[in-house]
Amino acid sequence: MTIMNRRTVLTGFASVGAAALTAPYVKAASPSEILLGQTMPYSGPASAYADWGRAEVAYFEMLNAQGGINGRKVRLISVDDALSPPKTVEQTRRLVEKDRVLALFGSLGTSPNSAIHRYVNQKGVPHLFLASGASKWADPENFPWTMGWLPDYPTEAINYAQYIMKNDPAGTAAVIYQNDDGGRDYYEGFKKGFGDQLEKYLVAEQTFEATDPTVDAQISNMARSGATYLFMIGQPKTMAQIIRGAYDSGWRPNLMINAPSASVSGTLEPAGLDKATGIMSAAYVKDPTDETWADDPGFLEWSEFMDEWFPKGRKSDVNTVYGYSQAQTMEQVLRQCGDDLSRENIMAQAANLRDLALPMLLPGITINTAPDDFRPIEQMRLQRFNGTKWELTEDA
Amino acid sequence: MNTAIITPVLEPVKAPPGFVARQGELDDQTKVTIIAVLVACALILPFVLGDYRLFQATQVLIFAVAILGLNLLTGYNGQISVGHSAFMAMGAYGTVILTSQFGVPYWLAIPISGLICLVFGFLFGFPALRLQGFYLALATFSLAVALPQMLRYKGIEQWTGGVQGLFMDKPNPPAFLPVSPDQWIYFLTFFATIALFWAAWNLVNGPIGRAIIALRDHEVAGEVMGIRASMVKSLTFGISGLYTGIAGGLSALSIQFVAPDSFQMFLSVTLLVGAVVGGVATIWGAFLGALFVVYVPNISESISGDATWAVYGAFLLFIIYVMPNGMAGGLEDLYRKLRKRSAKAQTGT
Repeated sequence: MTIMNRRTVLTGFASVGAAALTAPYVKAASPSEILLGQTMPYSGPASAYADWGRAEVAYFEMLNAQGGINGRKVRLISVDDALSPPKTVEQTRRLVEKDRVLALFGSLGTSPNSAIHRYVNQKGVPHLFLASGASKWADPENFPWTMGWLPDYPTEAINYAQYIMKNDPAGTAAVIYQNDDGGRDYYEGFKKGFGDQLEKYLVAEQTFEATDPTVDAQISNMARSGATYLFMIGQPKTMAQIIRGAYDSGWRPNLMINAPSASVSGTLEPAGLDKATGIMSAAYVKDPTDETWADDPGFLEWSEFMDEWFPKGRKSDVNTVYGYSQAQTMEQVLRQCGDDLSRENIMAQAANLRDLALPMLLPGITINTAPDDFRPIEQMRLQRFNGTKWELTEDA
Repeated sequence: MNTAIITPVLEPVKAPPGFVARQGELDDQTKVTIIAVLVACALILPFVLGDYRLFQATQVLIFAVAILGLNLLTGYNGQISVGHSAFMAMGAYGTVILTSQFGVPYWLAIPISGLICLVFGFLFGFPALRLQGFYLALATFSLAVALPQMLRYKGIEQWTGGVQGLFMDKPNPPAFLPVSPDQWIYFLTFFATIALFWAAWNLVNGPIGRAIIALRDHEVAGEVMGIRASMVKSLTFGISGLYTGIAGGLSALSIQFVAPDSFQMFLSVTLLVGAVVGGVATIWGAFLGALFVVYVPNISESISGDATWAVYGAFLLFIIYVMPNGMAGGLEDLYRKLRKRSAKAQTGT
């Protein structure tokens, strides 16, 4: 018994001594293991996102089985915060101060990430590839340790404006948006997309409140402008009303809808599939339920991963696609780091991604970052609804 | 004011001469010793714990204050509230808005926010008087679900920050103290907690406390004895709001961020769980309840990542079955049993 104790004590002293001799980050990136941490809503109202995190954990397990990265295993500690900001702070401090993770990766939610935004930047902990579409994560000057991943709303909106300018220089556009943070983000991006030709293209703008029962007045105001394009942003219910209203009034502009509302069952079916035919929207990942990809090598790679490493996850859940692709982005950063696993180098490599194509990103879309560009995905591809399903258009 | 609402019928009952403490009850000296040891430990904590552990300890103290506030209302006065997350939100938002937008120093902003909660709680208590049991629970429930949504409302977004929430600067310790900001927040919270627990202890052991308890046990009898039920119950609501509001302010100080998502309905349930698990109508039970609500979810998660809340539920059931009077009651029972056994052992030999 005493020998056991003495041995335990000696081992303890030895490891403390070893830890004291090495640099502070070395515990997180020991010769054999790289520790990453994240918070996820595994419980609570947003737990529908849980498979996003589970897919990421499964991905690193697969990597480790294949030998890890540069000979090191990667362990992602994914903890529950129920999307409650105080809990996010507690869990993140646990990850950083107790578990000593090398970097935070893929924490989910705008409020939770806001709550730790300052903390991680004061501590100098990489806060990478967040699962949130807010535009504030791309601010390398003030928050050099934080980088988003999803294309943010303004980025998406710019795509629509540029499509019009490129393909129909004689066209004019109307925009209607839900009067909230997200809606305004889109609206600003759309205007920015036209650049100095804003006044030539944008001829009508309307807003609505989420609680408005109808939007008939706004539709007739926009119809009077005679715009040939209508970009609409907002909740599916109102979007369906606008699609129907614009069609029934005889105005019939070319419709464009923001990606989160571009659901066939949630928006287009209620509006009437015939009235929604031709509507456009932006996308950047392969929709796992779309048969177009059935024989696509990238899709098959993902599908194999799901079968073998994450059989509990539903393949129809696009969140598993996001998680898979995000984990691959992180993998690339760690590979580029080589043996210099300092936090500074992780940020340097995260800001040094060049033309990274991933299996589940749409063809033509690549990830690019630079020290002054903290937006990994800026391209999106426009797709058009053909009456039964979405079809990619030619332009990237 | 005391005499205005409570007639002198409720003078404290003096112990008759020769009164001996109930067997197993701690005598005063032991109590003082225990408290002194606990306080000493609490003062040493910041210098032995790492930052994360210290942050958790601060969370325990904050929850203890919030749960104590709920316990005053639910445990001592018998009014059930599932809306105390709203008071916590008000306290937290009040503190952040006062400091960041009106330049009020944080040590003043927290008590002011607490007073706002006191007034709000008092006013809410008045109409709520007509509601009993489940109906009151529903009324407070509406408060808990409505407030996060109202905080998102565009009309007041310039103050509340809408869905984005608000940031607060980390309070710096005074220059003459050699402590880190985290340690400073802990000490502030600790002294606030001590003061509030002391005040609550005095309150429930004084005439107002007896009136509060009398109304819970038998409202009609209480009124016959001259207690103005409406006043006392509203006041209890207000004081309860004050405690929970101050806890909210302290939490804003330690988290430095508030958002509507921080104060969801579930927080109210968490407080209620803490009050019941710690021990209904006990003062120090609030502290035990806080330990439970802060640590047990983490312990559950380390036991099973997939079934965290099932494990949590099992813990909860276990405590309720084994300690029907909460952890405070359970520990007292245990102490009494041990005393009895040792007494028997002495007489037996």
